[in-house]
Amino acid sequence: MGSITLEHVNKTFGGHQVIPDVSLEIKDGEFVVFVGPSGCGKSTLLRLIAGLEDTTGGHIKLDGVDVTDKGPAHRGLAMVFQSYALYPHMTVRQNIGFPLKMANMDKAAAEQKVNDAARVLNLTDYLDRKPRMLSGGQRQRVAIGRAIVRQPKAFLFDEPLSNLDAALRVNMRIEITELHQQLKTTMVYVTHDQVEAMTMADRIVVLNAGRVEQFGTPLELYKAPANKFVAGFIGSPKMNFFEGAAAGKYQAASVGVRPEHIRISRDAGDWQGRVGVAEHLGSDTFLHVHVEGAGLQTVRTEGENSFNPGDEVWLTPDPARIYRFDGAGLAL
Amino acid sequence: MARAVSMRRKLTMTVLVWVVALIMFFPILYTIITSLKTEGEAAAGFSMLPSFTFESYALVLDQQDYFRPFFNSVIISIGSTVLALLISIPAAWAMAFTPTPRTRDVLMWMLSTKMMPAAGVLVPMYLIFLNTGLLDTLLGLTIILTLVNLPIVVWMLYTYFKEIPVDILEAARMDGATLPKELVYVLLPMAVPGIASTLLLNVILAWNEAFWTLRLSTTNAAPLTAFIASFSSPQGQFLAKLSAASVLAILPILLLGWFSQKQLVRGLTFGAVK
Amino acid sequence: MATRQTHRLARLMMTPSVAALLLWMLVPLALTIWFSFQRYRLTNPAISGFAGFSNFSFFVTDPAFWPAILNTLLIAGGVLVLTAGLGIGLALMLDQPIFGQGIVRILMISPFFVMPPVAAVIWKHELMNPTWGVFASVSRFFGMEPVNWLGSFPLLSIILIVAWQWLPFATLILLTAMQSLSEEQKEAAEMDGANVFRRFWYIILPHLARAITVVILIQTIYLLGVYAEIQITTGGGPGFASTNLPFLIYNVGVLGGNIGAGAAGGLVAVVLANVVAIFLMRAVGRNLDA
Ligand SMILES: Nc1ncnc2c1ncn2[C@@H]1O[C@H](COP(=O)(O)OP(=O)(O)OP(=O)(O)O)[C@@H](O)[C@H]1O
Ligand SMILES: [Mg+2]
Repeated sequence: MGSITLEHVNKTFGGHQVIPDVSLEIKDGEFVVFVGPSGCGKSTLLRLIAGLEDTTGGHIKLDGVDVTDKGPAHRGLAMVFQSYALYPHMTVRQNIGFPLKMANMDKAAAEQKVNDAARVLNLTDYLDRKPRMLSGGQRQRVAIGRAIVRQPKAFLFDEPLSNLDAALRVNMRIEITELHQQLKTTMVYVTHDQVEAMTMADRIVVLNAGRVEQFGTPLELYKAPANKFVAGFIGSPKMNFFEGAAAGKYQAASVGVRPEHIRISRDAGDWQGRVGVAEHLGSDTFLHVHVEGAGLQTVRTEGENSFNPGDEVWLTPDPARIYRFDGAGLAL
Repeated sequence: MARAVSMRRKLTMTVLVWVVALIMFFPILYTIITSLKTEGEAAAGFSMLPSFTFESYALVLDQQDYFRPFFNSVIISIGSTVLALLISIPAAWAMAFTPTPRTRDVLMWMLSTKMMPAAGVLVPMYLIFLNTGLLDTLLGLTIILTLVNLPIVVWMLYTYFKEIPVDILEAARMDGATLPKELVYVLLPMAVPGIASTLLLNVILAWNEAFWTLRLSTTNAAPLTAFIASFSSPQGQFLAKLSAASVLAILPILLLGWFSQKQLVRGLTFGAVK
Repeated sequence: MATRQTHRLARLMMTPSVAALLLWMLVPLALTIWFSFQRYRLTNPAISGFAGFSNFSFFVTDPAFWPAILNTLLIAGGVLVLTAGLGIGLALMLDQPIFGQGIVRILMISPFFVMPPVAAVIWKHELMNPTWGVFASVSRFFGMEPVNWLGSFPLLSIILIVAWQWLPFATLILLTAMQSLSEEQKEAAEMDGANVFRRFWYIILPHLARAITVVILIQTIYLLGVYAEIQITTGGGPGFASTNLPFLIYNVGVLGGNIGAGAAGGLVAVVLANVVAIFLMRAVGRNLDA
């Protein structure tokens, strides 16, 4: 069991309010991702859940039990750090076994658990090595191993993949997702990479300046962003925004269209512009189009197309996929 | 071509550095040489070739009790170091891992207590020692040396602990370690090089401390600093004997320093390296 | 709460050190202040009672007072300049690839292991003695009159002796700092066309700022209290030429038996140490900011 409830949690660092007021309900077994721009308080929120920081106000409950006043050692959570935070003086075996040793588990049983975890994580051959003799991916797996042996109520991850190269990141992403499907334990995962968020999460919390902008499934966030911030943050490439006259036509302060929902043509359309840079990804091409009166807009087209930088083009948004926002940025 | 140039450069540097190193070491070397001369040779002026006699050593050991001050030195330098470490480790942990805006001030204040000139407070300390019966006792000297070196020990440990990523300690907390366990299983093993270095430096400083040890001891607790000071008076004319006594006073710590040079140097940064 | 508990615990863990040092500072200081206003002669118990500021005026009007202040500063300053300057030079040299680095290091570091009384004895009797000393022999070899170092240049001689003891310390700290300068940074400077001197001035020296601060800070602590070297080599003379404050205090207070005046001198020394400390913190302390 591992439901996590935050009730009006706030956090102030020496007079500087980082988390104004957050309430969240994370269900048992859920994979929840915190995303948001750098410095928005993702790590702080995670560390509050972990007990590594004290709340300034509000309550944190695990399985309905208030743990606000409990230290990290007594919350029964496990955490995987961005830096892995492996104990450099211990072997992989000792690293993974450390939480069991702290829990005074019987030696033979602990040994068994460490071996099991190592097998699951493909670390069996490295059990007697020190962390410095491991690759980044292996270190990450040791950190995960250390987290799983204790069968915690929930796992907390703070940008665990950001020190890995792109290819490895994709692999580990899948491994962690598989791990979740296998263990069915609650996971709270912090990242600033919205692709990670979209692909891994059951539900995503979008944070901005310490506030929860929206909490929902990846598709909800994609299809029905609650405000301009979420609309701009979720989706890649980013949503295009139009203001002024172009928006006025739709009775909104601003409107947004995703690059994949714009048709491009040489002859006719709603907005006229000129192709600037073309980014060829092979499967897709992103065209950056200078639109008169609305600035630079991104359009997604098929990989092989005939548009070249400098071409005069017309853009037409899919009318069913236009997002309208009021003056405060809230979705209409 | 480039190799030849760099080889020549390496050779030139080698010669240069060796010359400088030998100049630095020369006073010690020459003292060792003189200690192996007869008194006649020693008074005859500069010569690097002694007759390799140990008669001065025999004379020194004969006239003076060497082993008692030697053991006194060992006891007070190790005792004060261990004591200082025991009370500094928790303090350094607190300053490094739960810093407050005042931490730096506390540290600087600690160091500033070392700026207090010993001569200025000698009399009160002497009287306190006299009245508490600590005068001329190993315990008294151990306490004084602990206090004298405490700020340096705290600072060294602090700078060393600060290099340890706080993540790792937090990971231990998440893994269910209570504070004592966190210190014993995680912090201390990781800080072994720093602690070793601190220990060595402190033993050396304590061994060589030559104000309090001289003033607060007379016979019973007198360490090697007092042993050598007793030679520097009128007997100073006997150069070979004086040299032998000097060598006897510094040899133990010199050997310790040489053998543990690597460990000593490793932590000797005082946070000077970022 | 959890980390608040840790913080409380942290304060608790600092208590032994802080308390010990607080006692170590306050008790002697309080007693010194007390004595400094008392008539107190070791030799004559009949003299007693409140002394007003007479102990202070007695101490500061001592003909050795101003020379002692000056000498204290000169010794500290001279040794600092010598050790920092030569230390940078030696560190630069030791940073180069050479044969026998290990042994060279051991040789270089050795003076640091020599206790002050022995260092003083060695320099006084083996090296600087005008008759049989090594320096005298060298002078004679070059056909020059031997110099009576301790007699003619007492302060300089003491500075040399103390600098010899502290040079290894400075060198080691500076060397470690220098070795932490990344090779890439040096190469980048080389690519930018900086010559050896510019590289030293713009890259290496700024990188060493922190290390130099540490060297200055730690050495000053010890240098203001130089005592054994003076007592053994010159005895403060000739005249007051090599008397520093600690030495004067000991002479007046303990040898002269005037505890009150000695205590007054002690307070002067405390004030001087604080002035130097404040000056140092202003000048170099900011380098220490973590
Ligand atoms: N211990 C602290 N003391 C003071 N301010 C802090 C502390 N920890 C974090 N902050 C501040 O709180 C804010 C949020 O920090 P946090 O680390 O939670 O951001 P984040 O969302 O994790 O960012 P990133 O993606 O860069 O990791 C930042 O402005 C940071 O400066
Ligand atoms: Mg973060």
